[in-house]
Amino acid sequence: MRYVLLIYKDETLWGEMPTKEKVAIFEEAVEFSEDLRKRGVYLGGDPLHTTNTATTVRMKNGQTLITDGPFAETKEQLGGYSLIEAENLDEAIAIASRNPLLRGGLSIEVRPIRVGPPQ
Amino acid sequence: MRTEEIFRAEHGRILATLIRLLGDFDVAEEGLQEAFATALARWPEAGPPANPVAWLVSTARHKAIDQLRRRARLAQKQDEIARHIELSAEEEAPVPEDRLRLIFTCCHPALATEAQVALTLRTLGGLSTEEIARAFLVPAPTMAQRIVRAKAKIRDARIPYQVPPDDALAERLEAVMVVVYLVFNEGYAASFGERLVRHELCAQAIRLGRLLVELLPAHAESKGLLALMLLHDSRRATRLDGAGDIVLLEDQDRVRWDRVEIDEGAALVEDALRGAGRPPGPYALQAAIAAVHAQASTAAATDWRQIAALYGMLARVHPTPVVELNRAVAVAMSGGLERGLALVDGLDQRGELAGYHLLPVARAELLRRLGRHAEAADSYRRALALVSNEAERRHLGKRLREIAS
Repeated sequence: MRYVLLIYKDETLWGEMPTKEKVAIFEEAVEFSEDLRKRGVYLGGDPLHTTNTATTVRMKNGQTLITDGPFAETKEQLGGYSLIEAENLDEAIAIASRNPLLRGGLSIEVRPIRVGPPQ
Repeated sequence: MRTEEIFRAEHGRILATLIRLLGDFDVAEEGLQEAFATALARWPEAGPPANPVAWLVSTARHKAIDQLRRRARLAQKQDEIARHIELSAEEEAPVPEDRLRLIFTCCHPALATEAQVALTLRTLGGLSTEEIARAFLVPAPTMAQRIVRAKAKIRDARIPYQVPPDDALAERLEAVMVVVYLVFNEGYAASFGERLVRHELCAQAIRLGRLLVELLPAHAESKGLLALMLLHDSRRATRLDGAGDIVLLEDQDRVRWDRVEIDEGAALVEDALRGAGRPPGPYALQAAIAAVHAQASTAAATDWRQIAALYGMLARVHPTPVVELNRAVAVAMSGGLERGLALVDGLDQRGELAGYHLLPVARAELLRRLGRHAEAADSYRRALALVSNEAERRHLGKRLREIAS
């Protein structure tokens, strides 16, 4: 089963962290993903630019509505994602909880990937 | 045993096995309901079979397979059910692990706590959705939706139907114990609701506690938890008077405490303390405190020194302001009224328990014992402004009137 790990961070706090520290954690995270890739668990993933680059598309009264910013203004913002293969939720949680980014104060939302049309 | 009683008592065991065999909560539950209906129609006349549990598992499984067949015919997925048909009797036999799998799945931390509670009572306890809704004062449709959502998450996010591996077991067991104790307290607090429903919750929690002890005999804290619930439960009959008013521990009629529960609880406490790592866990320590109370023949004979020492240990493994408040009271009761009061005042000044009515209650009681009645009355008034439970409010009002006169 595939799970996507949505990686959230407080952009303000993250922005205030010394660059050296950020780079160190980021490099560790890259290494961590590489390790997962070698084990066939990591299917892909990317970091995202901050939410001030986000554009949200929705539909209102039949008209496409494009707005600046993320879907919801929250304390934490989506900062990246990984796509992984895991047998079940416990395995997916175990993989997520070893991610070094957690030490940088980031949190990870684990979401199963649905296959096929909505039921 | 009557047919309905067999259902209630064996519901968890049978359902746990069916979920293992069928891999789906809903399919298992539907099959079980059909099997119950068949049994209800047949057993009263023909008598129950020699092994009702095996009969129910087998019948429910075949009902479920029929159901799957009908669905497969619609969805053209016949091969999916082939694996369900060729099962040996050995595979079909319920094993104790099944119920552990079920309880760990229901109490999975990926589910909201209230959903964990509902699902546990529904599947292992065999309570109906309506009964659970009534116990938690929630409309039945809300409770039904809560359960449906939890089952959907188990299926869609693929929460595994398994006993957690050793490295995760302790942490996951902690979550299970939280749910069990929550169910117990919901029944014990008696802050609202019908008494019968509340009693059923306590009985369910104790049954779940027994299940943990039976299935994980090496785990000391489960014994502590079961002991704690039994010891609290032993006082149930004496906690409220005929008018539904609260009777304080020191005023309770100790003759009416349930000796069987006390003896079982006390033996479990010793077991838990002996088997525990150093220091013992919070449930074992709380149970030990409850055991000291339960074993005192009169309130005056209570070994407060030992209770204060146990609270001291508890404050180290489980440092919360409520534990500190209890320790302060125990210190006061073991002969150090002034020292206990100073501890309470220290806690009060730290403000962590602002809004918690039992702090001014404790303060008032200690001041009363010290003969400082005016200050005690002030504290009772402060407590009255904070209390929400009606029985407690009446009790505090009575205390205030006594001291003011």
